[in-house]
Amino acid sequence: MSFSISLTINGTRRDVLLEDARVTLLDLLRERLALPGTKKGCDRGQCGACTVLVDGRRVNSCLSLAVTLDGAEVTTIEGLAQGDRLHPVQAAFIDHDGFQCGYCTPGQIMSAVGLIAEGHAGTDPDRIREGMSGNLCRCAAYHGIAEAVQDATRRMAAEDERASA
Amino acid sequence: MPDTLPFATRFGSNAGQPVSRRDGVAKVTGTATFAADNHPEGMLHAVYVPATIARGRVTHLDVAAARAHPGVVEVITPANRPLLEGDPEAKHFMFAFRFEALQDDTVRYANQPIALVLAETLEAATEGARLLDPRYEAESPRVGLDGNTPYTVEVGAFGRRGQTVHGDVAAGHAAAVQSLDVTYETPAQYHNAMETHAVVAQWQGDQVTLDMPNQAIVMSRGAYGYYFGIPAENVLIRSPYLGGGFGSKAIPNGPTVLAILAARMTGRPVKLMLRRDQMFGPVGHRGATRQRLRIGIDAEGRMTVLDHESLATTSTFDDFVESAANASQGLYAAGALRSAHSGVRVDTGTPGPMRAPGEASGSAALECAMDEMAERAGLDPLEFRLRNYAETEPGTGLPYSSKALRECYLRGAERFGWAKRPLQPRQMRDEDGMLVGWGMGTALFHAPMFQAQARAVLRPDGTGLVETAAADMGQGAWTALAQIAADSLGLPLDKVEFRSGSSDLPDGGVAGGSGHTATAGGALHAAGRDAIDRLAQIATADPASPLFGAGNKGVTARDGRLFVTDDDSRSESYAEIIARAGGSEVIGTGSAARPPEQAAKHAMYSHGAVFAEVKVDPDLYQMRVTRLVGAFAAGRIINPKLAESQLMGGMIWGISFALHEEARFDARTGRIMNADFAGYHIPVNADVSGLEVITVHEDDPHVNALGIKGVGEIGIVGTVGAIGNAIWHATGHRIRRFPIRIEDLLRAERG
Ligand code: FES
Ligand code: FES
Repeated sequence: MSFSISLTINGTRRDVLLEDARVTLLDLLRERLALPGTKKGCDRGQCGACTVLVDGRRVNSCLSLAVTLDGAEVTTIEGLAQGDRLHPVQAAFIDHDGFQCGYCTPGQIMSAVGLIAEGHAGTDPDRIREGMSGNLCRCAAYHGIAEAVQDATRRMAAEDERASA
Repeated sequence: MPDTLPFATRFGSNAGQPVSRRDGVAKVTGTATFAADNHPEGMLHAVYVPATIARGRVTHLDVAAARAHPGVVEVITPANRPLLEGDPEAKHFMFAFRFEALQDDTVRYANQPIALVLAETLEAATEGARLLDPRYEAESPRVGLDGNTPYTVEVGAFGRRGQTVHGDVAAGHAAAVQSLDVTYETPAQYHNAMETHAVVAQWQGDQVTLDMPNQAIVMSRGAYGYYFGIPAENVLIRSPYLGGGFGSKAIPNGPTVLAILAARMTGRPVKLMLRRDQMFGPVGHRGATRQRLRIGIDAEGRMTVLDHESLATTSTFDDFVESAANASQGLYAAGALRSAHSGVRVDTGTPGPMRAPGEASGSAALECAMDEMAERAGLDPLEFRLRNYAETEPGTGLPYSSKALRECYLRGAERFGWAKRPLQPRQMRDEDGMLVGWGMGTALFHAPMFQAQARAVLRPDGTGLVETAAADMGQGAWTALAQIAADSLGLPLDKVEFRSGSSDLPDGGVAGGSGHTATAGGALHAAGRDAIDRLAQIATADPASPLFGAGNKGVTARDGRLFVTDDDSRSESYAEIIARAGGSEVIGTGSAARPPEQAAKHAMYSHGAVFAEVKVDPDLYQMRVTRLVGAFAAGRIINPKLAESQLMGGMIWGISFALHEEARFDARTGRIMNADFAGYHIPVNADVSGLEVITVHEDDPHVNALGIKGVGEIGIVGTVGAIGNAIWHATGHRIRRFPIRIEDLLRAERG
């Protein structure tokens, strides 16, 4: 049995014919849609490497079956920068050295974008650390990650203010 | 001073700067291609079937059921697997570990591969693997430190000595006015890089291309050539990015070899990516240890003896034994020193090098024992260490190539506020009533060099190209090595192209042992220097050049120009020199290794001091590390920004070792009960705060031409002990088993 779904991924509509209901969103992106920026660290919701935004919310794409996402809007790491212009969270990760090997990084960054949008943490370091704790980093770049999220939150708030002024 | 710098190349123009990672944009945009991101046309997915017993044999696999599943293309078992040309049980080269490539139906440990399923999709391969439904004849497994009869280890991991004695140990014990005899335990730990081991293998005739994370790229080429009966040149390994390595990605393993074999068998590209639970078995780990430490001191608190024994688990079929007791060599000025190792063979995969192998476990026990000894002597733990400060290497009497440990102690202590520490435990509380404790530990890690080669090219347009097959697993090699190369060529960083991470480049050596920057950097430096030397020869022999007649040694390379030394008015750009000489590239080559006579003259180590604050809930005994200050002296730091990150990463591994990580074995089945991230705990962001790193500069003319030591592993070394000691200081309870758990403190509290 096959299933046809349609998703908007990074702003582009993609019609997908799935011959297999077992495919996760993560494997759909990585193995069928040539979007391998999203990473697999555990495949069972324990590490956050696969974090993407679905309809604006951060989710573990390894735990989402693709067939359940008909009509959803998905943002992955590949969809964050505007051409050559990095998203403020991406730029802050480079400035604060918020990664080493870079493998958990797409998930960290998508999670940070989600966290900032949720607006619970603000620039409180403890809340940021708590809110980023679903994303494991074995290189343990946590210090830089927390700083980067704090800095990006400030930069984005300043940009919003400028935009609304 | 050896001749260190060519043509007065200015270190500090690139090296020494806190440059951001050159691969940063690729990593934050998701365009950095890790091995499993590759998806060649016609590719099959492989899933290996892990044994669910730890000892015995496989009696049945339902191959028919697996084959019948739609999408399954091939099922490989001992019954149909093609033979490898090279023996997976042989140890023909450095870093050869014995592994299983479906030689037979024997099971030597849980999670060992017992079959491989290939399918058109990952989903089909996964289901096919499940359908094999293995049956076994199981024997009762040998598990843990008491699982078998110990044996004496003469040669430890990587040829390190298993038994070392300096001085008269019996006399040292006899001379002691106070002594300590304590036993510590550390658990089995698994590397668990975030990127699991992965390979995408593609054959063209008798040539194979392997996309895989690899810490020893050129060496591995030879290894895979051996297993598959083809010349090393026929193997192309591409490893531009590694999603963490920590020692586990330098060594060929069964699942990877099987995937390559499957690609040859099916004639199609094959991708295998280990599942997280499969990381607990065939790809190495840190063995468990039980360490007995006996220390004696005289009336002044000077150590008369430091006697360190370690028993460690290893597999039944190979020989890697954690050299934990060697952590007591090289550090404290004890009158007599003994490090003795034994091993116990149990039914696990073979351990291997895991970040600070030996030192991490050994130092955890040593630094806590030092604290216990200081407590008995009524001395401040830092004062006790200073009284036993070694001015020359204990035992050998060799001078240190450099040792700014005293400065590390003092600067770390000052930054931390150590002077205010009460001597007695359980004296401090915070405003919320939490018990507060402060502890410290010394860090020591050897500063080795391996062997590497490099090539440097000056192009007609005056830019540079440098090449070496180095590996960046997150430590920042792509950036730090490029900085070294740019300096050696007298060029700004953005004028140098850096090619790395592929086995068709000159051998960059092993990324391990904290020696990669020193080794690959040394080779790049030599290659750049060779290229500049050649360019200078051309210019100084050319009557049309302003440099004519200056002689090679009278020339300085800077910002893409050669200058006559001490006469800035006479200079010429690289491009001009090359253009007049006919416009062809100028090519330099270089290599690096430490000459044995140099190694024999000095003891070479990085040093550090770590200070920890913990807070412990007086009712629940929940522990948190609230501050961690590490001061490290590791020679010349090429990139402070990246070095600091690496040191912090190491210190967080120390938190992990002290409080989180432990593989727990089921005694009945020999399986690991917590083989996933829900059960095998590593720190999350909320576990880490108040981290500070201080680097103390050292000029070390002996360690290598560039004065580089290494920072990759030392961060974990002093930290574990510092945290254990802080927990004692907070609670008054000495827990002699890592990780320290809430239940350990509760039990101690209840007596
Ligand atoms: S891969 Fe999805 S949470 Fe780990
Ligand atoms: S940067 Fe390596 S796992 Fe996070």
